[in-house]
Amino acid sequence: MTGPRQIAAVTWLNLRNLPQRVGSSVVAVVGVAAVVLVFAAVLSMAKGFERTMISAGSDDTAIIMRSGSTSELNSGLSNEQTLIIAESPGVLKDGDAAIMSAELYVVVDVKKKFNDSDANVPFRGVQPGAFDVRKNVALISGRMFEPGKNEIIVGRSAQQEFAGLDTGTSIRFGQTDWNIVGAFEANGSVSESELWTDVRVLQSAYRRGNSFQSVRVKLQSEAALDELEAALEADPRINPDVMSEKEYYSGQAAPLSQFIKIIGYPLTILMAIGAVFGALNSMYSSVSVRGKEIATLRALGFGPLSILVSTMIESTILALVGGVLGGAIAYLAFNGFQVSTLNGASFSQVVFDFAVTPDLLVDGLKAALIIGAFGGLFPAIRAARLPVAQALREL
Amino acid sequence: MKYFRLIWKNAWRKKIRTSLTILSVFVAFLLFALLSAIGFAFRGGVDVADAERLVVIDKISLINPIPMSYQNRIASTPGVRAVTHASWFGGFYQEPRNQFGQFPVDPESYFEMYPEFNMPEEQLEAFKRNRTGAVVGQELATQYGWEVGDRIPIQATIWTKADGGRTWEFDLEGIFSTDDPRGSTALMLFQYDYFEEARAFAKGTVGWYILRVADGADPIQVANAIDQQFANSPNETETSTEAAFAQSFMKQFGNIALIVAMILGAVFFTLLLVSGNTMSQSVRERISELAVLKTLGFTDLTVLGIVLSESILIMMIGGLLGLGLGWIIVQGLAQQMAAFLPGIFLSSTAVAGAVGIMFAAGILAGIFPALKAMRLSIIDALARA
Repeated sequence: MTGPRQIAAVTWLNLRNLPQRVGSSVVAVVGVAAVVLVFAAVLSMAKGFERTMISAGSDDTAIIMRSGSTSELNSGLSNEQTLIIAESPGVLKDGDAAIMSAELYVVVDVKKKFNDSDANVPFRGVQPGAFDVRKNVALISGRMFEPGKNEIIVGRSAQQEFAGLDTGTSIRFGQTDWNIVGAFEANGSVSESELWTDVRVLQSAYRRGNSFQSVRVKLQSEAALDELEAALEADPRINPDVMSEKEYYSGQAAPLSQFIKIIGYPLTILMAIGAVFGALNSMYSSVSVRGKEIATLRALGFGPLSILVSTMIESTILALVGGVLGGAIAYLAFNGFQVSTLNGASFSQVVFDFAVTPDLLVDGLKAALIIGAFGGLFPAIRAARLPVAQALREL
Repeated sequence: MKYFRLIWKNAWRKKIRTSLTILSVFVAFLLFALLSAIGFAFRGGVDVADAERLVVIDKISLINPIPMSYQNRIASTPGVRAVTHASWFGGFYQEPRNQFGQFPVDPESYFEMYPEFNMPEEQLEAFKRNRTGAVVGQELATQYGWEVGDRIPIQATIWTKADGGRTWEFDLEGIFSTDDPRGSTALMLFQYDYFEEARAFAKGTVGWYILRVADGADPIQVANAIDQQFANSPNETETSTEAAFAQSFMKQFGNIALIVAMILGAVFFTLLLVSGNTMSQSVRERISELAVLKTLGFTDLTVLGIVLSESILIMMIGGLLGLGLGWIIVQGLAQQMAAFLPGIFLSSTAVAGAVGIMFAAGILAGIFPALKAMRLSIIDALARA
């Protein structure tokens, strides 16, 4: 027989007796499945979080805060400054009025449904322009808050994740009662973790006078950002940080997603090493169980290369089965799973879904293949070098 | 252990298999050590919190400042022995990623409140005297290479100065440490008086109060008495023990920490299961040898003991090596992450738990084939060969 046909024949023979070696094969499969599961599960958290944060930002919306602020929470702008921003070049106008929203961002304690503990939920005061500077915000139940009244609309994720935010009920923060009159969605973005009300009402409830924390403006084009920034930097009455909303949210997402990755990747590598040991073990035992078989094949004239390749293929297939299994479990168990956590950058809760994306699963399978290759290589070499006469004597 | 040599030889009967098993157990326990150390940090110093200390924050949210005028009213509440306060500064050193806790405090009362922070007396005195003085924990000093006498600029993200500046400069007057290996010292303290005078807004407020209850006073009653005093005022308060405060803060991270712990717990047990399975397999393969031992006059119990000792031995070698390397890594990690996730610590409880698991896993892996070997009649077992 020629090389490729030999390899095919030996591999087929190997795979057909796999069921006789279930015990040791399962070890390899389970080990690899665990690696892929952990990899996909942990990193899907980072993916989901990034998706939630980044889908909130758009390139043609600019956000303006006080210089040096790391988030809206610790920024501050006076009413006068917001008016200057409205009149600046680069800002898109609808007739005479700039498309903008000056906003106030505070944090309130609401209980998490999950463990009944207090959570810092963002509470945003917005101007009517908020619905024009953000594209995908739409009411899904109830009605809009009325200006001047203690009325709130809540984001869909916030309503699902936190207790006491049902439409039609009221909630007390400090000494003020608020009626929840509606709920909104925002394309799964971070805005859905927030509560919104009229900014004037929020200013008076939190004794903020006539001050704001951030201004969002619609830009005439993405390129108008530089124009706006230059104009504001030159103005002595204002000392701003100007960035696109997308840039702002990417920055807000970075620390937590980096933290997850810092934990996730080394963990996966560590576990992969463990899985390689498991795969090595089962492949060595596979080779030792098949010792007589391999020797017989060699005596019949099968070359060492066909033995080597077939052993590698067996190990790779076991690893792939494990990889698919782990990926499937990760997808079924975690994809779309909703959690909320404190985003250190804004000191407030972000609700997001785990996202087990196709590229994560592909990466997981790549890892499985690498484990399979490493786990098979040395046992395969040993199988190929097995001294024929001695192995046959052990019959 | 007169059979140790026999057990040892048996264990290394198949060198490659045993080495690989030990290595995977090693990885499992390395993981265990790292996870429990990080988990410890996530529990957020709850274990080191002082039950006699209460924390008073604004009821709406921790980030709302409370009036300075509350200090005297809290101090005069029955059952309160001492009060101090702190505020959140939230700046960074040189680059935004160099963030750590900076707190404007009253030096005298703060260090009385936290006796676990040790600092040379003359450094404390120097700190009290210098209006723009600051002190840092040993962890921070090591991380940034600071020495007493250095001038440290901190960029504010919240607190602009009244003159519009964002850079606050401090003279490093002291470095404090703590004897408790679990406690974190990744923080910087500076004078509240300077902060209050120089900041542009929110004057006359502090972030939160910390108080110590008098001997014999019930912390819960004291907490309620304080909260009642400020009920229906513009700044209602919420008073809790330091432990509850730390815990509630960590709970904000919520299910994430729990999910990670669950995933990793599953992984740990999978690795253990996989190595256990391999060990059982190796015993099963040798049942006829065990029959030979019995033929030679070894009692059933001795054979059982020999088999179990072997699997426990393998678990222990791998497990202890894993814990050992884990411990070394944790030391490094605690240094590296001091500012980001303080309080990474491998507790003795975790180590004891790990040793318990090694023992149990060793028994579990060996017991079923060993029992089978024990019950098997010699003739049957030899016939299997």
